[in-house]
Amino acid sequence: MLHVKNLHASVEDKAILNGINLEVNAGEVHAIMGPNGSGKSTLSAVIAGKEEYEVTDGEIFLNGENIEELSAEERAHEGVFLSFQYPVEIPGVSVTNFVKTAINETRKAKGEDEMPASDMLKKIREKAELLEIDRKFLSRSLNEGFSGGEKKRNEIFQMAMLEPKLAILDETDSGLDIDALRIVANGVNKLRSKDNAVIVITHYQRLLDYIVPDFVHVLHNGKIVKSGTKELALELEEKGYDWIKQEATV
Amino acid sequence: MELKDKLLSSFMVFEDRVHDQSENLNGIRNEAIKMFQDKGFPSKKDEDWKYTSLNAILKHDYSISPQQETAIEFKEVKKYFIHDIDTYKIVFIDGKYSSFLSETTHDGIDVCLMSSALNKPKYKIIVDSYYNNAAQKDHSLTSLNTAFASEGAYIHIPKNKVVEKPIQIIHFSTGNEASVMLQPRNLIVVDENSHVQIIERHQSLTSNVVLTNSVTEIFANKRAIVDYYKIQNDNQHASLIDNTYVSQKQSSHASVHTFSFGGKLIRNNLQFLQKGEYIDSTMKGITIIGDKQHVDHNTLVHHIEPNCESHQDYKGIFGDRSTGVFNGKVVVEKEAQKTNAFQANNNILVDDKATINTKPQLEIFADDVKCSHGCTIGQLDKDALFYLRSRGIPEKEAKALLMYAFANNVLESVKINAIKTRINKLIAQKLGVNLGFDL
Repeated sequence: MLHVKNLHASVEDKAILNGINLEVNAGEVHAIMGPNGSGKSTLSAVIAGKEEYEVTDGEIFLNGENIEELSAEERAHEGVFLSFQYPVEIPGVSVTNFVKTAINETRKAKGEDEMPASDMLKKIREKAELLEIDRKFLSRSLNEGFSGGEKKRNEIFQMAMLEPKLAILDETDSGLDIDALRIVANGVNKLRSKDNAVIVITHYQRLLDYIVPDFVHVLHNGKIVKSGTKELALELEEKGYDWIKQEATV
Repeated sequence: MELKDKLLSSFMVFEDRVHDQSENLNGIRNEAIKMFQDKGFPSKKDEDWKYTSLNAILKHDYSISPQQETAIEFKEVKKYFIHDIDTYKIVFIDGKYSSFLSETTHDGIDVCLMSSALNKPKYKIIVDSYYNNAAQKDHSLTSLNTAFASEGAYIHIPKNKVVEKPIQIIHFSTGNEASVMLQPRNLIVVDENSHVQIIERHQSLTSNVVLTNSVTEIFANKRAIVDYYKIQNDNQHASLIDNTYVSQKQSSHASVHTFSFGGKLIRNNLQFLQKGEYIDSTMKGITIIGDKQHVDHNTLVHHIEPNCESHQDYKGIFGDRSTGVFNGKVVVEKEAQKTNAFQANNNILVDDKATINTKPQLEIFADDVKCSHGCTIGQLDKDALFYLRSRGIPEKEAKALLMYAFANNVLESVKINAIKTRINKLIAQKLGVNLGFDL
């Protein structure tokens, strides 16, 4: 599904990613952990196609296709989804209208007709229920005045609506209380299938109790310095990141 | 011949034609033409006109009083009306009243013509007490209008009337003359406890040059509510100088929303005079322009008495080589304690070559007041743009959504849904997108 090869990226001439190698197959969940400033959010933004980041070396393949030349929207049309750490407020555009626009623009790009209104409504209802989202919430302006938890739940609602092949969850657990965390994680788990893959970016082990990863990678100074299974996350929780940093220096 | 000289000599002919009207009116006209003769057209040397040059639009050989009458079929111009709700209509074609397209009334309220009001004895009391009383006497363009004013909308709402239907004032120009100058004059008097909503639009139907120098006087008496909406979406050959004066009495609420999307050059002079306590004045605007368009908002709120409020919120989006000006002056007199005055002007420059000059001016002589002002000039937020694009929304549509979100709060105070819908459509059209839903 996703194959990242020796990826180097910089922003404003400052190198942030220094040779990332990562392979994610359909049906897998990967967790990427690491201390602040290790490059986790940069990696997700580069995969999703943020223009401010310059890929200086290496390649990203999605289903065998090099996506370097694709814009953020084209990557979305190919099935990449990024759940934002800080979702943006769009006053005057309701959650429903936003999601409809996103779905129909994607269909348009693929040469398909717009989704019939009744199908759209049915899908919205179904996914809102999955994430325990109130109907009133859907007519509010996108992210405007939302609590941290509401914003994150709304991100996963969009993911549920767009049904991506590759979902990257960038610190989706930050700002969530335990109930919201459970709802969000439950939503993600229900959306998992053998055809899609999820990358979970997080500081803490907590989220991984709910979304159990197949692989855990530790990022430090823009490189993956250690990979393992879910036990690695537990070890990090117990021992912190310092031993990884030391190991990396050695 | 220079336009100024042409106007001065035309005035003599015009004066002969209308000399049978009241002496009072002739006096007003004569004083006004003298003022214009002394002051002439404003130039960049005037502080208020530093960033707006009229030179290019004054060099045309304008026809000053078009004589020929032209008929227009309703279906040709239907789209310029707010036609999905029932309204009164006062429609002019090349400055002449079109009874065919209009729907006026004298049933309890007067929604009719300035020419009738100026000539018929039954309107004399109102005209004598209000006409030219709010307009700024030493303003050259307003004076020019006053000198020539003979037609426009006359609206008088007697006390305790809530006018259910909005009133549309629409000026069409047909291009019968190569270039035409129009000077409509509107008088709106709303008596105690009455409520009226008015929509104004100027629309050229051809690519001939049009210059409109319009003056509107609005009087809101005690506890009256007046909501005024200006839709400025004319073509690239039409320019508009709009001079609107709102004079308010105790506990009245008046609002003017100005939506500027089209036209070659637009200058809005908008003044609010608060002559009483507990007055609320609202002025809001959305400007979205491109090409080489120019829109200048020049506002003044004069707080004269205590316990009044004013709210100003202007949003501007400037693309290509377009230029914008915002000059907002708030004066709070010494007696006007407990004034709340808010002013905001936020702008987005979409292209490197677009410019905005924004200048808030506060003159506060009272000591117990709350006044705030803020101007911002920025670009579209890159993170927000990435957020939308990462959801599969193409760049152009994503930008449009962000611009819409930026301007949106101005629409919240629009009370007529049909206007909101229309403005949303015009914004989508202006931004060149079809988002599949009404914004």
